[in-house]
Order: sequence, then structure tokens, then C-alpha cells
Amino acid sequence: MKLLTHNLLSSHVRGVGTRGFPLRLQATEVRINPVEFNPDFVARMIPKVEWAALVQAADTLNLAEVPKEPTEGYEHDETFLRKMHHVLLEVDVLEGTLQCPESGRLFPISRGIPNMLLNDEETET
Amino acid sequence: MGVWRIANHGLLLSAPCLLCLDHQHGPTQTANAICQVPKTVDGSLSNSNTCSITMNINHEGVLKLTKMEKKFLRKQSKARHVLLKHEGIQAVSYPTQSLVIANGGLGNAVSRKQLLLTLEKCGPVEALLMPPNKPYAFVIFQTIEESKKAYSILNGKEIIDDLGQKIFLYLNFVEKAQWKKLGLQALPPGLLVVEEIISSEEEKMLLESVNWTEDTGNQHFQRSLKHRRVKHFGYEFHYENNTVDKDKPLPGGLPEICSSILEKLLKEGYIKHKPDQLTINQYEPGHGIPAHIDSHSAFEHEIVSLSLGSAIVMDFKHPEGVTVQVMLPRRSLLVMTGESRYLWTHGITPRKFDTIQASEQFKGGIINSDIGDLTLSKRGMRTSFTFRKVRRIPCNCSYSSVCDRQRKATPPSLLESSKEALELEQKHVHHVYDEIASHFSSTRHSPWPRIVEFLKALPSGSIVADIGCGNGKYLGINKELYMIGCDRSRNLVDICRERQFQALVCDALAVPVRSGSCDACISIAVIHHFATAERRVEALQEIARLLRSGGQALIYVWAMEQEYRDQKSKYLKGNRISQGDKGELNSATSMEQLLVNQMPEGVSEDPGLSVHSSNNTKDEECKSRKVLNSELPIHTNRTCFHSQDVLVPWHLKGKPGKDKAVEQSGLARCPDPRPVFHRYYHVFCNGELEASCQAVGDVSILQSFYDQGNWCVVLQKV
Repeated sequence: MKLLTHNLLSSHVRGVGTRGFPLRLQATEVRINPVEFNPDFVARMIPKVEWAALVQAADTLNLAEVPKEPTEGYEHDETFLRKMHHVLLEVDVLEGTLQCPESGRLFPISRGIPNMLLNDEETET
Repeated sequence: MGVWRIANHGLLLSAPCLLCLDHQHGPTQTANAICQVPKTVDGSLSNSNTCSITMNINHEGVLKLTKMEKKFLRKQSKARHVLLKHEGIQAVSYPTQSLVIANGGLGNAVSRKQLLLTLEKCGPVEALLMPPNKPYAFVIFQTIEESKKAYSILNGKEIIDDLGQKIFLYLNFVEKAQWKKLGLQALPPGLLVVEEIISSEEEKMLLESVNWTEDTGNQHFQRSLKHRRVKHFGYEFHYENNTVDKDKPLPGGLPEICSSILEKLLKEGYIKHKPDQLTINQYEPGHGIPAHIDSHSAFEHEIVSLSLGSAIVMDFKHPEGVTVQVMLPRRSLLVMTGESRYLWTHGITPRKFDTIQASEQFKGGIINSDIGDLTLSKRGMRTSFTFRKVRRIPCNCSYSSVCDRQRKATPPSLLESSKEALELEQKHVHHVYDEIASHFSSTRHSPWPRIVEFLKALPSGSIVADIGCGNGKYLGINKELYMIGCDRSRNLVDICRERQFQALVCDALAVPVRSGSCDACISIAVIHHFATAERRVEALQEIARLLRSGGQALIYVWAMEQEYRDQKSKYLKGNRISQGDKGELNSATSMEQLLVNQMPEGVSEDPGLSVHSSNNTKDEECKSRKVLNSELPIHTNRTCFHSQDVLVPWHLKGKPGKDKAVEQSGLARCPDPRPVFHRYYHVFCNGELEASCQAVGDVSILQSFYDQGNWCVVLQKV
């Protein structure tokens, strides 16, 4: 699971609503998968990212520091874009957990796949 | 050169047309150009003259030919081309034992007896093959000498057909008298023809009891329809709405004369309930009745019909297109129950002759495709007594696609509670996909073009969720997108991951992705797996939730209509069994195009066949599945749907001992190398997907279309 994917995920346990974001990330195995750098693509992702959640996730993985917010004129800042490219697209969480910040429910990540299935009680409305 | 006199349009369009040209158009008409016969100076077609031309089968003499003869060569090559292209018949330019006789076919009202008589003048005939409804026949002589003789003296020969009209025969050599046999040759399930059910005396009494001249008034509810006369007893049948007024029985009930016969039918077990409605139809030669199914809502499941006065051939047609012709001899009883009564249409083609088996022992039943044994039977005046029982409780047959009772009501939610629905989905969707994942994935590598088109048209840098991504075949289509796949099946998501895609395991009704985060979504062949209308709408709602304002979603669901605007879907086209080529069935090559493609398979041709009869499931599973199976019809792969809620078989391929998924499910112990799994589907009717989308609320429908057996929409979040 890439951190960009993590940034899009939100707990869907019944009743938690927007308080289900962001999922707390715990990783026991992380791999770096080189991905071809595409500055335009990364630049397009920046405004779609929930920044605080990304900073927090990068923190728990002890990654190189992510700026508190995107730099001014980041579209042309190759150093910034390369750093974000690495954080968003190359870091791959293979084993670990995602935890709902509201209900505490844990979801396992194994072989890079988050299993977000809920049981019946958790989904019933 | 050979004197073909075949009208090209006859072969291109309908068979009997080919021949009519011969006796209705003069040889100089332009419409007839292709079939011009070389004429002698005096315009006659003497044998000796035709002979001199036809024997010149090598092309050496071409230069010396007259203008007229040259024209002929052109026409002949064209005619050959047409025969080859449209009938697959290859004529050859050298003598052989076999000839194709154009215009000498059952489709031209030439009877077997008559043609045989003509042919035998040239020598002993080894075989005469007359395919039904075709304007040609094949003859095989014992020696080439005899066939050469026939070629020379019969070409252009005039004979009189059974309708008394002149027909000219044209012969050509063929290597083989070829005729592709028709596929299915069995009576429709539930159909029975009982010969000699009544005596000649009873037949006479019944016929005399019908007074067609008396009271055209109300009393016996007599009518002249377009192609027949009818009378009703017990209840009047209303042709406007194909039903009876159940509260208004006719005075007098059924004629007394029928009582003893009905008693007999009950006693001998042909019917279980005493009929209370009688329709008498009278057909003159040339009359008929359009193909129909007796309305389910009006009549019970048993329908019986006596044929009096003359035999007739009745056509039974399955909705998938298989037609079976059934000979109903004089004094026989036709019994229709089950599938033959509920699903197959029956009708009588208006014509004066029927094509029937020539052999003496043949009396009633199916007309097979043994074209060495077909001839014509002249129709006489036939009167049928059809007995039915008026239905008092609603029809609950399992052929809802043709059931007028079940079609009228809005499709009921099959499963009342969502708990039951969930249970069904778990057993017949979630578990099945996990178990078949690797085989399923191996059949899913060709992306569908319109989905690729949608993905490629999205702006670079779009975030896209694929809800129900399966093996992830769309996740890598456009490298300029950030795509996340999700699926209920862990085993399928594993495959996505192996292909380096972002994917997670979740349910389509609870997708763990923040609201409004997606620029686009796709959901291909997923929503039809939800077992209630409410759940299908919820799944659409969940997709809409993920979209940002202005974001678009492409949804595909499987269509009830596998034939649309006269086009069969690829799913149906993949069915080669129905075309009679069982030998050519090949493996997975044709399965790539559609998500729901499946191997055609004869195992479950009976829609009533249940899962457990294939003995590949453990007893426990059988028990738990039984309830659901009794409610859901099992679909036959690569055929039309007859019900919106169906179980679609998946025939698992691969080595059970080595397949991880199979081992996990405990099926490795099963001795059957090809376990069958049943996936639940709700196939959508035209308009149903749009209606479901309208229930979602905050989306508008940008596009809706039909694509290869699927209903599809593009939604936009408002």
C-alpha cells in the first residue's frame, strides 16, 4: 500500500463518518519500490492530498521530513516533487495495520493489501 | 458449360423464392438474368441441345462460344459463387458421382417420389438427399457414368411440382453431397404425441358434432380468424388480451361428446386435472396459427390437443432459436406440459405441404434432419380440439421471461430481507469468486474497448476507484491515472497486487475511501451481483459518494437482453453448441471478451438441474444451498436469460490438487475434476439501470448505452 492510497482511505465503520479519517498507520514491513519519476503527475497529485494526514503517516514511518505544507510554486520545484514522488508513490507498506481513529477497529495489511472488510454488525445501518 | 439457372436472390434470401422464378418469370426478364438458359434457335430446350452445351465441361471451348453462351458462363460462375457463399456448396467442373440439383428441392414443392422417378431414368440412385425447405437436393448415383448421363439429359429438364407448376432442374457435379445436420433432435421437454388415441369412429363423431354453420351469434362463440375458424366452449378465449374471463363461464360447459374421451385421458394419466375449456380450431390447407405460448396466467400447466381429419406439422421453438418440427398424425393427442408448455412457442406455418419423414414406419413425433428420408405431405382439412384448464391461482413457473403473470408485476424483490440477500451473495458471489479466482482471472485479460476509451479520456492525474476490480485488468490501462482497485475477493485482490496495482479488500456497499476523493469511478459487472433492488441502489450510492462534484462513473451490468437491435451479444455468439458444432468446441479462447463468458457446457441444460445433482459439493453444502436453489433457476451458459435472478454456472478448470483456492474450500477431496460453481446474478432489463441510478439522487446520467450484452451508464456527480 502506497502512502497516496493511505491518504485516500477512510474508516467506514458504521457511524464514524468523517471522523474515520485518517486511519492510523502501523507498519512492520516497508519496502521502497522505485517508480519512474513523472514531475507533472506528482504535481497534479499534490492538491488532492490531505496534507496533515500525509505528514502524520510519513512521521510514523520515520521517513525523511515532509514539509508542513506544499512549497510555493511546487510545480516547478523538482527537489520537492522528487521528495513527494518518493513519499507518495515509492514507499510501500507490506505488513502492518490501519486503525479507525474513532472506533479503534484494526484492519490488517498483509502482503501489501489492506483488508477493510467489516462484519455484519459493523455495517448494519 | 453447365446451365445453372439459379436466381441469385433466391439463394441469398429465402429458399422457396429461388424456384418460383423458374415458372413465373420469362427467360428474358432482367430479374432473371442470372438464370438464363441457353436456348436453341427455336427457343425450346430440347434434351439434345442442352446436352451439347452441358457436356462441354472443360473450358477449352470458351473462345468459340456464342455471346449468349459467354453470358452463361458468367452467370454460372456467379451462381456457383452464391451457392458456395451462402450454402457452402462447392460445385466442381469435373464429373463425380454426386450432383446438386438446383430447383429440385423440398423448398420448391418437389416431392421425393417425383424427383426420384425422374432421376432413376438415368440409372440406379444410391441416395437422394433432400434438405428441408431448401431449393435444391443432392443425388448420388452408383457410377460416374450414370451421373454424367443425368447431368446431360436432366439439365434444363422441366418437371411439374406438387402444386402443378413447371420447374426446370439444373444439375452440377459436387465432390460430396454435404449437409450439416441440425443440432438438437429431441422433443421439447414435457411434450408428448400419443398416436391413435381415438378410433376413426370417435374422430368422425367429434367432427360431425361441430356445426360451423349454425349460430354465428353468441352461443358458441365462433369466429373466423385470419387463417382459421375457431369455437370456444366452457370459457370464451379473448384474442385481444389472450385470456379468458374467469368469472364468466359459458352456458353449457364442454360438449357432452368429449366426456368419455377426457375420462380416458385422465384414466390413462395423460392429464391429471379435468379441463374446463375447449377451443376448436379448423385449418384448411394453407391455414396456420402464429407461434405463441398459451398465456400462463389464463391456463394451467397441462394443455392437450386432438388432431382430427388430417395430420399436420407443428413447429416448436425455444427462445434461443432451436426449432423442432413435430408431426401430429390424424387421431393423435398432443400433450404439452412443463417447459414445452411454458417456454417453447408452438405454431403452424401456413402452407399446403409439410416436409415429413418418408419412411413407412414414421407416424408421429419429431421430424428429424435425415435428409435421405424426407418428403412432402399434402395437408387436408384439420380440426383440433384443444382442452385446457382455466388457472385459478397465479402462475409461479420458473420461466419468468415469458410468463405474462410474472412480467406484469414489477419484478419483486426476490429476497425479502437483506439478511437473506447477504446470505445468498456470500454463498453465490463472494465464496464462488474466491474459489474460482485463479481460473476466473486466467479468462479475463482482454479489456472491453468502451471501458478503455472511458479511462483513456480521463485527464492526466485523475484519481480513479475501480469498485469490484476483479483481477485488475483495468487498473493499468492508463498510466496517467492513479487507480485503486477494490474487490470482495481476497484471492482476486492478490492477483492485482502481484501485478503491482494498488488494491484492497472491501465490500462495494462500504468502500473505505473518503467521500469526494475520486475524479472518476468504474464498476464493471459488479452491481448485478447484489440480490435486492435496494442493495443495487445502495451500491450505486456508494460509488456516487466517492466522486467529487463533476466526477464521472462508468457502470456496466449484465443485460437480460442478450439480443438487442437484432444483434446477438458475444456471449450468445460464443455458444457453438446451438449451432450444432459440438466437435469444434474449443477451450478458453473465446472466453476473454466478456467478464461473464463461460464455457458452453451441456451439463446443466435442464434449467431445473440443481447444484447438488452434480455431486461435487459436500453434503453439508448441499443442504444449505438447497433452499436457495429451489428458488433460483440455473442459467445455461451462453443462452438467453429466462429469469432476471439466476444462478450462472462456472465450470472450474485446472488441477484440483494444485489449485490453492480449491484446496482451501475443501473441494480437493471431490473426485469430480471439474467442479461447478453457481454465481448469483440479477440481470438488468432495458431501463432498469437508469431507474436505479435515478434513485441515487445526486448524480445525473450523462450517457446510457448497450454494449455486448450489458447495460451501461456514465454518471456525473452534481
